[in-house]
Amino acid sequence: MPSAISVKSLRKSFGEFEAVRGVDFEVAAGEVFGFLGPNGAGKTTTINMLCTLAKPSGGSATVAGHDVVTARDEVRRHIGLVFQDPTLDGYLSAEQNLRLHAELYGVEKAAVAPRMRQVMEMVGLWERREAQVLTFSGGMRRRLEIARGLMHSPRVLFLDEPTIGLDPQTRSSIWGYIRQLQESEEITIFMTTHYMDEAEFCGRIAIMDHGEIVALDTPEALKEGVRADRIRIETDDDGAAIEAIAETFGLEATISEGAVSFAVSEGEEFVPRLFAELPVPIRSVSVSRPTLDDVFMAHTGSTIRDAEELGRGDQKIAAQMLSGMKR
Amino acid sequence: MSTAAAPVVRVHVPARSWRSELRAVKIVWYRELIRFRSDRVRIVTQLVQPLLFLFVLGAGLEQLSSASTHGVDLKTFIYPGILCMSVMFTAMFSAASIVWDREYGFLREMMVAPVRRSSIVIGKCVGGATVAGFQGVIMIALAPVVGVPYSLTLVLGVLALQLLLAFSITAFGVMVAARISQIQSFMGVMQLVVMPMFFLSGALYPVADLPGWLAVLNRLDPLTYAVEPMRTLVFAHLDLSSAAEASLNPGVTWFGWTVPVALSIFTVFALGMTVLAIAIWEFNAGE
Repeated sequence: MPSAISVKSLRKSFGEFEAVRGVDFEVAAGEVFGFLGPNGAGKTTTINMLCTLAKPSGGSATVAGHDVVTARDEVRRHIGLVFQDPTLDGYLSAEQNLRLHAELYGVEKAAVAPRMRQVMEMVGLWERREAQVLTFSGGMRRRLEIARGLMHSPRVLFLDEPTIGLDPQTRSSIWGYIRQLQESEEITIFMTTHYMDEAEFCGRIAIMDHGEIVALDTPEALKEGVRADRIRIETDDDGAAIEAIAETFGLEATISEGAVSFAVSEGEEFVPRLFAELPVPIRSVSVSRPTLDDVFMAHTGSTIRDAEELGRGDQKIAAQMLSGMKR
Repeated sequence: MSTAAAPVVRVHVPARSWRSELRAVKIVWYRELIRFRSDRVRIVTQLVQPLLFLFVLGAGLEQLSSASTHGVDLKTFIYPGILCMSVMFTAMFSAASIVWDREYGFLREMMVAPVRRSSIVIGKCVGGATVAGFQGVIMIALAPVVGVPYSLTLVLGVLALQLLLAFSITAFGVMVAARISQIQSFMGVMQLVVMPMFFLSGALYPVADLPGWLAVLNRLDPLTYAVEPMRTLVFAHLDLSSAAEASLNPGVTWFGWTVPVALSIFTVFALGMTVLAIAIWEFNAGE
């Protein structure tokens, strides 16, 4: 199968600041590809380059078979975009927003009405088509943006944080559309997210940190690669337990959500030793497989939340540089 | 869901052509109309200022100036200037919507579309001109109130001049909007430009025998070249004494040479096209 997206040593800098430091990856046609990382890791900059919104400082990329620099319009014609920030005209009705999009993309006149009905029914907004977008909730707007991004039957749909700030119900329905699309439209989906639980739904994920891709594989393979199960125990004296774990096994444990938790390579085999050797009484124990959070931790040395705190400084600089460019 | 069973409507997006560009211009223009129609407050508020100038200022100053206007009502005299003013403000607000669009993200939707940026800018300017044209028509309808009789040539001529002026002002506003991302700053800049332009243009006074500095600024003001043809057009439909005509509409002169009306109109057109070209260039270069 030909690649829907092919990226070779792509880089982007804003003055001194290197937002993307040479990334390589391929996305196959029909794949759901997740781009994971804390804010400020360079995800949005990468997506902007792939959507022809930013010019790469180096390297090359093709999307739907067209080069993002030399065949900008060809790329634009074949991609759908749903941005992090809303880009709807609130004063127009839902229908008018989609119609405007269809006109801008030159969708054949005869196809506009049936296609509009199809995408709006998919996101459950067909009944509200005549309402002004201003009256829509955040979740409805995001759904409408997804419908709009699909109006011209793009080959690749870019979703930049499609579920950020949405309630769980809307989040799960958005994932429903994504799966439905994958089955019915042979579309490639490229999405960024920093929700680890959502990344699980992607066919493959790339973890980006400080402008580089630090890991790229299926979620399962990434989790297996960590080789660390997480053990959580409830004890009578958590402080003493943490000390004892450090002394007896040389492991670093932390308290999270009211339980002592730590990582070991072979969880099941470790539990008997734990009971035999830990001087503090244990009330309950659970062993869990690594999550993508652990994967992220393993590759970047911090949890995604901590990384965000750290990344914020960099991001500020980038934002300042961006606003400087506009002037 | 019912859609699972329905066949997928697959859309083919044809390669870019002049027709697709034209569709883009048309839809951007159409959006301006939809938005203007739904914004009734704006339609009313933007009429207030020209009406204040025309009736309050006109009637008030009439007390002072009746001696020197050769029997012509001051309101009649400033009417051509007000015809220009009314479309200027509306056009300025149309251009301001680009700044709103950027703030609310909608500009991005237009910028990533596979059409030329020039199509979007032109659509916006044509939209601004059309919307201003509606305001213009209301002002034209007031003609008999200030002693100017209706006639087909008057209505069509005034409207054509108004559309040209509104297009140029919108283009100017879009050019400014390309560099300004905050609505407050944009409004500030426009006020700073539009008000002096209006006061310097001779909309409120005849442009002959002005003090030297004012004469220079007046000749440099682009709006002068819109007000002068407008006044000539309106006066052509009035029965004025030659003395009144000579003192109230002396014509714009460059070093003693009277600028023909056609050249004045062309000046507005040429400046409009120049700012349009700069606006397009800015939007092509940016983002």
